Amino acid sequence: MSPRATLAPTDTQLDPTAALLAGQPGEQRGWIFNIQRCSVQDGPGIRSTVFLKGCPLCCAWCHNPEGQAPQPELIVLDTRCIACGQCRNACAFGQAWDAAQPPRPPAENCALCGECVAVCPTGARQLIGEHRSVASVVAAVEPDRIFYDESGGGVTFSGGEPLLQPDFLKALLEACRARGLRTAVDTCGFACTETLLAVAQRADLILFDVKLMEEAKHRQYTGVSNGPILENLRALDRVHKDLWLRVPLIPGINDDAANLDAVARLALGLTGLRQISLLPYHRAGALKFRRLGQACALADLEPPSASAVERAAAHLRAFGLEVRTGR
Amino acid sequence: MTPRTAELRRQSLAAEPCLSGERARLITEFYQANTGHYSVPVLRARAFLHLCQHKTLYLGEGELIVGERGPRPKAVPTFPELTCHSLEDLQILNSRPKTWYRVDAECLELYERTILPYWRGRSMRDRMFAELPSEWRAAYEAGLFTEFMEQRAPGHTVLDDKIYRKGMLDFKRDIAAARANLDFLDDPAAYAKREALNSFDLSCDALILFAERHAALARELAEREPQPQRRAELERLAAVCARVPAHAPRDFYEALQSYWFCHLGVITELNGWDAFNPGHLDQHLWPFYQRGLADGTLTRAAARELLECFFIKFNNHPAPPKVGVTAAESGTYTDFANINLGGLLPDGADGANELSHILLDIVDEMHLLQPSTNIQLSSKSPDAFLKHALRVVRQGYGFPSLFNADAVVLEQLRQGKSLEDARAGGCSGCVEVGAFGKEAYILTGYFNLVKVLELTLHNGVDPRTGNALGPQTGAAASFATYDALFGAFGQQLRHFIDLKIRGNRLIEQMYAQEMPAPLLSVLIDDCIARGRDYNAGGARYNNTFIQMVGLGSLTDCLSAIQHSCFNGSPVARLELADLVAILERDFAGNEPLRQRLLHRTPKYGNDDDRADTLMRAVFDACFAAVDGRPDARGGRYRVEWLPTTCHVYFGSVTGAMPDGRRAGWPLSEGISPVQGADRHGPTAVLKSAAKLDHVKTGGTLLNLKFAPNVVSSDEGLDQWAHLVRAYFKMDGHHVQFNVVTAETLRQAQAQPEQHRDLIVRVAGYSDYFCDLSPELQEEIISRTEHGTLGNAK
Repeated sequence: MSPRATLAPTDTQLDPTAALLAGQPGEQRGWIFNIQRCSVQDGPGIRSTVFLKGCPLCCAWCHNPEGQAPQPELIVLDTRCIACGQCRNACAFGQAWDAAQPPRPPAENCALCGECVAVCPTGARQLIGEHRSVASVVAAVEPDRIFYDESGGGVTFSGGEPLLQPDFLKALLEACRARGLRTAVDTCGFACTETLLAVAQRADLILFDVKLMEEAKHRQYTGVSNGPILENLRALDRVHKDLWLRVPLIPGINDDAANLDAVARLALGLTGLRQISLLPYHRAGALKFRRLGQACALADLEPPSASAVERAAAHLRAFGLEVRTGR
Repeated sequence: MTPRTAELRRQSLAAEPCLSGERARLITEFYQANTGHYSVPVLRARAFLHLCQHKTLYLGEGELIVGERGPRPKAVPTFPELTCHSLEDLQILNSRPKTWYRVDAECLELYERTILPYWRGRSMRDRMFAELPSEWRAAYEAGLFTEFMEQRAPGHTVLDDKIYRKGMLDFKRDIAAARANLDFLDDPAAYAKREALNSFDLSCDALILFAERHAALARELAEREPQPQRRAELERLAAVCARVPAHAPRDFYEALQSYWFCHLGVITELNGWDAFNPGHLDQHLWPFYQRGLADGTLTRAAARELLECFFIKFNNHPAPPKVGVTAAESGTYTDFANINLGGLLPDGADGANELSHILLDIVDEMHLLQPSTNIQLSSKSPDAFLKHALRVVRQGYGFPSLFNADAVVLEQLRQGKSLEDARAGGCSGCVEVGAFGKEAYILTGYFNLVKVLELTLHNGVDPRTGNALGPQTGAAASFATYDALFGAFGQQLRHFIDLKIRGNRLIEQMYAQEMPAPLLSVLIDDCIARGRDYNAGGARYNNTFIQMVGLGSLTDCLSAIQHSCFNGSPVARLELADLVAILERDFAGNEPLRQRLLHRTPKYGNDDDRADTLMRAVFDACFAAVDGRPDARGGRYRVEWLPTTCHVYFGSVTGAMPDGRRAGWPLSEGISPVQGADRHGPTAVLKSAAKLDHVKTGGTLLNLKFAPNVVSSDEGLDQWAHLVRAYFKMDGHHVQFNVVTAETLRQAQAQPEQHRDLIVRVAGYSDYFCDLSPELQEEIISRTEHGTLGNAK
C-alpha cells in the first residue's frame, strides 16, 4: 500500500479547484461521484448522501473505491455488458483494445472522453465523477425533502473524503442550511484542523471515522498516520456538540479487543459524542474494485458474522457507550 | 394459537380444494320446478331459501364458529345460473397444475346429465355473449379488456356496523314498514318495489332458517357428545345459532357468528366478486369486547381464540373457480375478503383499538392466505399501530397492506358521499374504495392501456391477428410530432372505453332485471327504503369502475418514443415507422437498441419529470374518458389502477413495445414502475407515484419489494414507517411491501414442496408463491430489491 499523503495536508495542496473558484459562491463547483437517495445509514432519518470524489486514504477495505481518486474514472459493469462492440467502435483508440470482456481501453490512451459511455446501450460503462455546481447538487437533494421532514433526516456529505474539497463543501453546507435542510458530514478526519473546524461550524452533525487506534497498523491499512486524525477529533469535540463515531468492523484487522478497548477509551473522552456506529465489512467494495479494473487487497475476506458484530457491539456497550450496528 | 385453533388451521391448510355439485343440483331442481311461477326477485329469494333448507351442513370437530358454503371445508359450490362450466372446463380445473379444484366422477356425471342440459344457453354468461356486439367481442378476444361479470355476479361489497345493531327480524320489520308505505296509485314502480321487498323478506327468513338448522345440528351433536367440555361448547353454539342472525348479537361470540352467517348467505345467494367482507372488524367488535371484559363473560384469551376460529373460516373458502380468460387474469384461491384495521371512526377520531393489535398478532401468528388484512392509516393513527403492522409485514407474508385513510375519505368526498359515510368506508378487494354498507361499487374489468398504444402504432389494427379493431388514426409514419401520436392514442383510448361501457350497459341491466341479490340488498343501505335491489341501484351510493393496467409500461413506451423518435438529436433520430417494424420482429437482430430503450431512456419510477409528466398525461386521458359517465344503476363510472394478475395476461397478448419489453412479457402492475426500471430507490418510486392524482381515483396499487435486511433493525423499521407516512402525506392511496429475498424465491421455485407456505404479495393481494405461474414467479423475483449495494448505480 503506497501512502498518498504522509503529512496533514493543506487546502491548496489537495484541492486545486478551491483556489481557482474561490470567491464565486453560487457557481462553486466540485467533483462528486454519486448522490444516493433514501440513504438510511449516514446519519438520522432518511437522507440523501452526496459522495465527493477524492480521498487522502486508501483503506484496504474501502467500500467506495471509485471515490478514492480525485479525477474521473471509467467503470465497467461486467454483468450488464452484452458484448455488442459499440464502445470499441466509438473509441478513437478502439483498435488498441484487448479482446477481454467487458472491453476496456488501455489506460495510457484513455482520455476519459466519454464516447464509449455515450454509446453503451446497457449503461454498463459509466464515467464516475461529475464536476457539478452547488446549485445543481442542491437541486438534486431537494426532491426528497418531504422524507427528510417526516423522518428527521437531511443531507449527508461523504466520499471519498469531502474535506478534500473544502470550499465546495462549505458552500454546499451553507446552501443547505439556507434552505432549511439539515446536514451531516462524514469524514475520515485527515485534513487540516482549521478546515475541519470551519466545515464543522456549518454542519449539524459530524460522522467521524475511527478505523484503527494503533499507529503502525493504521499506516499499514489506510496509508496514513492516525496522529492528525485523533488530534482533529479532540479539536472537533471542543467545538461541536453533535458527533457520531463510525467504526468499520474489519475481521482480523480491527475487531480485536485491544483496538475496541482503545476506541472505547477514546470515545469516553469525548463530550459531544452521541453514538458509535459499527459498520460491518461487506463485499460491495470488492465488486467495485473489479469494475474499476483494480485489484482488491481483501478480495477473500469474509464479512463478519452477525454474532461477531453483536459481540463487538457488546464489547463497546460494556463501557457504557451508545452503539448502533449497520447492516 | 390454542391447540384447538392450531388443529383447525392444520386441517384448513391440508384440505384439498374441490368442486361440490350440490349447489348446482339444488338450484337446477329448484329452477326446473319453479321458473315462471314467481316474479324474478321472488324466484331468486325462493331459490336462496331452497338452498338454505337443503344444503348439507358441516360442523367440524372442535369448531366454535360454524358454517360452510359447501358441504365441507374447501368444497366449492358452482353457480350454473351465472356461468355454466363445460365438462372440458371441469376437467381442466381438475388437472391444471396450479390452483386446481378436484372434480370427482359423480360431479362430472351430474353436470353431464342434469346441469349442462338445463343451463347451456340459459346461463347469464351464455345469454350475455349472445347479446354483446361483435365489436365488443373482437376487442375482448384481442385482450383489450376483460369483463368481471361474465363469470361472477357484481359484488365487491363490504358490511358496516348494522348487523351488530339489528337482527334479521329487525330488518323484516323495516321491510314491512317500507311495504306499508308503497303508493300503488301514484308510484308506477310500486309493484316492482313490492316484489323486491318481498324477496328481501324471504331472504331474511332463509338466513334465519339456515342458522336454526345449525342450532339443531349443534344440539344433536351435543346430545351424543361424551366429553363434558365439548358438550358444553356445542350447547353454547346451539344457543348462539338460535339467537343470531335473527336477533342482534348480545356478545362477542354472537357478533362473530352473526357476521359469519351473513357472509355465508351473501356468497351462497350469488358468487359476487371479492366474496363478502366484515370491513372495520376491530371497530365493530370493540363494544362487545369491552363489555365482555367488563362483565367477566369474556377473557382476552377467549376473544382471541374465537377470532382465530373466525379467520380459519375465511381460509376454508377458496374462490369459486373461473375458466378461460379469467383463469389467467386471476389464478388464485384467494377470494379477496380484506379486513380493515384502524382507520377513522365516523366522528373523525382514530379508530384503532386493542382489538386492532390483537388482530395484527393473529395475522402474524396464523399467516393464512385468507382473509386479507389491511391497515387504514390516518394522520391520527399512532406510530405504534403502524410499526406493529410493519413488524407483521416484515415476516414476508405480504399482510397487511397499507392504506391512507385520509386519502380514502377525500376520494369518497369527491364522489359526493357524506363525510360520515366516507369515514365509515375503507378498502376492499385489492385496493378499492367504498362506503361500507352503503354502496355498490362494482368492478367491471381490466383495461389494457399498452395494447391501445400497440393499436395506435398500427393504425387501429392488432398486429397479432391482423384484425382491424380500432379507428384509423394514422400510420406510424404519418405522425410528425409526439403530440400527434399522443392525440391518436387518445382517440383509440376513447374508442375502446366507449366499447367497454357499451358492453357494460347491457350486462348491468341484465343483472338488474334478471339476477337480483335479495339478501345483499337487506344488508346494504338504502335498498329497503328504496324498495330496490342492490343490483338495480338500490344502494345509497353507486359507482362503477374500470381497472386500468400498464401505467408504468405505457409511460416508458411513450418516453422511449418521445426521446428516441422525436426529441433526440436529428443525427441519432430513430424513425417511428422503423421502430414499429423492429417491434414487429420482436427486436430480432436489434438487441443493442432494445438495451438502449431499456437502460438509456427516462423511466417512470425515478422521480424524473421527463417520464413522470407523460404518466400524468396518460392518467388525465384515462380520467377524462371514464370519470363521471353514467352507469346503469344511477351511479358514475370511475377509474381504478390495479391489475390483480391481469398484467400477465395482458402482456401475453401484447407484442414487443418501445420500452424494450419483448412480446408476451408481463406489463407493469398497478401504478408500480416497470419491473427493474426504478433505479433510484424507494423515495424516488414514491415521489413518481405521488405525481398521479390519487384523490381522483377509486384506488391505486403500488408494490415495493424490500429485502428483509433493509427493515430488520428497529431503525430500519422507523425509516420504513417514515417512508409510508411521507407517501401518504403526498396523498398516496396504498402501498404494499414484499419483504423476501430473491434467493429464497429461487429456492422455492426449485423445491416447491418445501416452500408451500411461502406467501408473497402479488398485486393487491397475497398468494402462495408456489401457486403462481412461472412467469409471475419470475416477475416477483425480478422486482427491484431496494436497498442493495451502497453506491452501485
